[in-house]
Amino acid sequence: MTDSEILSVLLPDETVDPSLDPGLPDPELLSLYRHMVLLRAIDEKAVALQRSGRIGFFVPSTGQEACSIGAGHAVREGDWIFPAYRDHGVGLMRGYPLAALVGQILGNTADATRGRQMPNHWCDRSIRLVSVSSPVATQLPHAVGAAYAAMVRGERVAVLATFGDGGTSTGDFHAAMNFTGVFRLPVVFFCENNRYAISLPVERQTVTGTLSEKAAAYGLPGVRVDGNDVLAVRKVVGDAMDRARTGEGGTLIEALTYRLGPHSTSDDPTVYRSEEEVAAWRAKDPIRRFAAFLKGRGLLEDPAAEEAGAKEIVRGAIETAEGAAPVPPSSMFEDVYADIPWHLAEQRDSLLSGKG
Amino acid sequence: MAEVTLIKAINDALATEMARDPSVCVLGEDIGRGGGVFRATEGLSRRFGPERVIDTPLNEVGIVGMAIGMAMNGLRPVAEIEFVDFIYPAFDQIVSEMAKIRYRSAGQFTAAVVLRAPYGGGIHGGHYHSQSPEAYFIHTAGLVVVMPSTPADAKGLLASAIRGEDPVIFLEPKALYRTVKGEVPEGEYLVPLGVGRIVRPGADVTLVTWGAMVPVAAKAAAAAASEGVDVEVIDPRTLWPLDIAMIEASVKRTGRAVVLHEAPRTCGFGAEISALIQERCFLHLKAPVARVTGFDTPFPYALEKSYLPDPERTLRAIRASMAF
Repeated sequence: MTDSEILSVLLPDETVDPSLDPGLPDPELLSLYRHMVLLRAIDEKAVALQRSGRIGFFVPSTGQEACSIGAGHAVREGDWIFPAYRDHGVGLMRGYPLAALVGQILGNTADATRGRQMPNHWCDRSIRLVSVSSPVATQLPHAVGAAYAAMVRGERVAVLATFGDGGTSTGDFHAAMNFTGVFRLPVVFFCENNRYAISLPVERQTVTGTLSEKAAAYGLPGVRVDGNDVLAVRKVVGDAMDRARTGEGGTLIEALTYRLGPHSTSDDPTVYRSEEEVAAWRAKDPIRRFAAFLKGRGLLEDPAAEEAGAKEIVRGAIETAEGAAPVPPSSMFEDVYADIPWHLAEQRDSLLSGKG
Repeated sequence: MAEVTLIKAINDALATEMARDPSVCVLGEDIGRGGGVFRATEGLSRRFGPERVIDTPLNEVGIVGMAIGMAMNGLRPVAEIEFVDFIYPAFDQIVSEMAKIRYRSAGQFTAAVVLRAPYGGGIHGGHYHSQSPEAYFIHTAGLVVVMPSTPADAKGLLASAIRGEDPVIFLEPKALYRTVKGEVPEGEYLVPLGVGRIVRPGADVTLVTWGAMVPVAAKAAAAAASEGVDVEVIDPRTLWPLDIAMIEASVKRTGRAVVLHEAPRTCGFGAEISALIQERCFLHLKAPVARVTGFDTPFPYALEKSYLPDPERTLRAIRASMAF
């Protein structure tokens, strides 16, 4: 396959290409589908929460579910995940509990990270899902370091780092790709090319015809995949993670997809793209495509019922998390350092005493 | 105990900690086969191998970012930035990532990286080999900032930084690398972080300074003594979190304080120390807190002797404080 070829598994006739099918058992196929549906239900509910003022902000991933769910399914016990802020699906698929996810959105005591960051900045040490930050692509050099540490210890694990097309313009991307090539590290760079970095189209990030071809400059293989095809994503990421685990080094994957919604709840995409363009991509909706395949296989009867069930699950999770207490003011001063130094103790006491 | 240079003491600390703990790794530019441009890592690659003594590509973002990931995954990386003047490309990784990972993950992930970097003037290095940027890092929540001024402190503080649980900016006074010698304990040796050192006890004026300005302060104090003024010189050693208790106790005794640093004056660490002293010692003060600092200019090449504080300028500030 050349760089410019785009790997797909789901065919237009709603069957799969048998030569590329990752061959997942039926329960796994259903699990992929249900997680995609759940992810979209989270988006809908979170955006509604933002619109009604119950949370301040949200970054939806609607349209990109095949990317994060397919990639997340390729992650195994012991692997590391360094996600971008739009990739809650990777963690969700890997086992990040829904209760924790909605707790993080609400930022109260239901949040394991104690309301320290705005929505979409999840983390969960137990599954090596590393804390998200807002600056784009800063997680990529961290993935390199985690992979290096794994190599030093002789662990056969892979490191998945996810980011968007805008991320390929950063210095951090260059540093991480180059270090991965030089040290031959097990890092899989999963780039979701969703066509826009906020308002700027990908053609204004780079004049190379593809993003995957940038891999050649670092001595890594570059692969393009249909990012609205969950089985294709699973196949490509799975193969790259296997290569990484067996010591064959890193890979750059470019998944071609589209952000159907806004960049965030603060964004109005109608100012920078046409309704026709959005409609064309909506016709390639990754959930509907996968549902059609599953129906053909006899694994799925009623997608509407699945969607309604997911919404109910999300509604219940939010209701529970909304009942949690707010984080106490004293917690602001904790976790700055391993121990609270004198100046933070003074500032805390001053705040709590009402004299600050 | 052997008398060694400050650079040898750094090398000793790295070798001792690497021998003690296999998770300690060093990384940076030219630090492996080259042994470091100042020879801080000389011999480490031969002794511990290239996997733990990592020659990296020339990219500070990569060095710091990689060190963060190594620390998150159980190693204890000590990264070298060849000159602190080259640290700014990695500023985002330091400020937004290394310093914040513990906080934003509520302790689930930490990045106990030690970033070593030579700092300061006096070596004819011009703007890009002479800066003293400690204040940027002190201003950043989550960082520990250390500046040794003697070989023994360099060894003991670096070992403590490596064993600690917080990210540390470890700034080494390159002007002192080979110009000061001192006795350094052999084997494992720790100097606790956050504890200052009284360089010279005195009763009349408290002179607070660090790094390469400590010998300048000592000379100024000796000159003051010949004029009958007894100067107490304090080296905080760890700039942040500062040993404020030591400074406060001293100033309450002397009633006078001078802060000396080579970094630019405005928003330099002297400003913070001055504010802390007036908040805590106001009724004990017999004179305004004085600052002797570098100027608010880029670091000049030809005029570095005029830029850097010297014993004479320091003595003038001491005299002014006494005469107030």
